[in-house]
Amino acid sequence: MKEYVYDSVYLRSKDFEEGNVLFETWDPNARYAWDAGVAIGRYLQGLKAGQLIGRHCPECDRVLIPPRMFCETCFRPTDRWVELEDTGAIITFSRCYVTWDMIRITDPQIPAVIEIDGASPGMGIMHMLSEVDPDEVQIGMRVQAVWKPAAERIGAITDIAYFKPL
Amino acid sequence: MSGNRVAVVGAGMTKFVRRAQETAKELAWEATHLALESCDMTLDDIDAVIIGTAPDAFDAVHMKSEYLSDGCGGWGKPVIRGYVGGGTGVFAPIQGWYHVASGLFDTVLVVCEEKMSSCQPHPQGAFLTIFDHTTERPLEPNLLWIFALEMNAYMNRYGLDKRDIATVAVKNKRNAADHPAALLGDANITLEDILNTEVLAWPVQRGDVSPVTDGAVALVMSAEHVARRVTNKPVWVEGVGWTLDTAYWTNRDLSYPVYVEEAARMAYKMAGITEPRQQIHIAEPYDPFDYKELHHLEGLMLFDKGEAPRAAADGVTQRDGDLPVCPSGGLLGVGNPIAAAGLMKVAEIFWQLRGEAGARQVPGSPKRGLAQAWGDLMQVGTVIVMGV
Ligand SMILES: [Zn+2]
Repeated sequence: MKEYVYDSVYLRSKDFEEGNVLFETWDPNARYAWDAGVAIGRYLQGLKAGQLIGRHCPECDRVLIPPRMFCETCFRPTDRWVELEDTGAIITFSRCYVTWDMIRITDPQIPAVIEIDGASPGMGIMHMLSEVDPDEVQIGMRVQAVWKPAAERIGAITDIAYFKPL
Repeated sequence: MSGNRVAVVGAGMTKFVRRAQETAKELAWEATHLALESCDMTLDDIDAVIIGTAPDAFDAVHMKSEYLSDGCGGWGKPVIRGYVGGGTGVFAPIQGWYHVASGLFDTVLVVCEEKMSSCQPHPQGAFLTIFDHTTERPLEPNLLWIFALEMNAYMNRYGLDKRDIATVAVKNKRNAADHPAALLGDANITLEDILNTEVLAWPVQRGDVSPVTDGAVALVMSAEHVARRVTNKPVWVEGVGWTLDTAYWTNRDLSYPVYVEEAARMAYKMAGITEPRQQIHIAEPYDPFDYKELHHLEGLMLFDKGEAPRAAADGVTQRDGDLPVCPSGGLLGVGNPIAAAGLMKVAEIFWQLRGEAGARQVPGSPKRGLAQAWGDLMQVGTVIVMGV
């Protein structure tokens, strides 16, 4: 099959730095304003009030977080809001030593998926862990939300500053 | 098998490189030109064109497939672009299959192209919009997180360590040393080399990850009466399958790719495969990360859950093992120009089943193989089974 591989031309970073090749650049300036929607709008209100909430599916008898107005499994409307705990267990986590554009950071960020108490098994949300030795984090570890002071909460997922071990 | 019989009759590709001088359109032409040449066809023989390419945001070109279409031979022809993220490279030939199986077209071109290098400072930026804009993006996530979270869930479920998984990176980079298009082939790489690479997002280290790559791959697919005329070695599409899992990714069991299983079941049923471990002789599962090859082999039901790492350690998945896996060198070795990487796997099955894979040829004249890809928000599975 060798004869069916085209010998495309390989450029190196140096070719750009030294101006050996011609190129064009563009910095887009794009701004968006997203509607939170019915379910997540109410979720954000709950966060502002220091409360995690989910939605109940009457058909599957599941409590869903993040909340949604319809159940993706049975495709029926969900029927009521359920107040959840702000505690849970770590389903999985990482220790991240780079930014999204691959610049190294010294103190790792610790993103995690956290199963929320009061929701159905496996219902997790993504958030960050802190106030913990990164090397001590374990799957299954019990954690609790650390809320920003009420006056600083704006109705956003970041109203929870992070989760910490219980 | 539903529909008319469809064969792959030709394939071509570009070298996979970190940054190509060629534009996307030029890369697409290079691969397409060679695919046509490989089966002595010209554009006049082509009835329709299927284009696979990842998000417009990579190139900042609106309707990228329309932009690409000239290089793909699409001028004046029915053209379609399917896009299912990383799953695209196997979904495009599935689209090629139903274009021909339906009886609507006799011969189609399937062209997948990716030029990741244009996106600055890093193409990961183009992927950050996969996170939910209200419930996740305010946390300033990094794309690597979801792979690290999934890999950790997989390792934890089966008590695996990094050593169990890094064997895949070693195998694939070694296999790629025999691929004339490969970016990261290395015949002498060792397990320690992989384990000593820098930690990006634990458990993901640099050696576990496939590289940012530019490249293109093209196939020619034909109905039986054309295939019999143009080649004495048609490779038949025996089964196709694809499924999507929920976008609520934090609600899924990340340790098992159920969507790959569902796609495989669809493809196996169509192909009449009841015992995949006996009936599949060679596999090209999607391996953008080393753990993904193992994860996908389990989803494809080629190994029991949690058992793929041991099989890999025992040499079962080596090119001369009982089930050669990624004999091409995969994304880890040949490179990962998203959509083109998936189609490279289909091309590899084509070359292997025809006995044309050169130094990469697996022994024992394999009769049936599969390629699989994965993508979107870690939730799409695409599978194609081919045989001779
Ligand atoms: Zn339901």
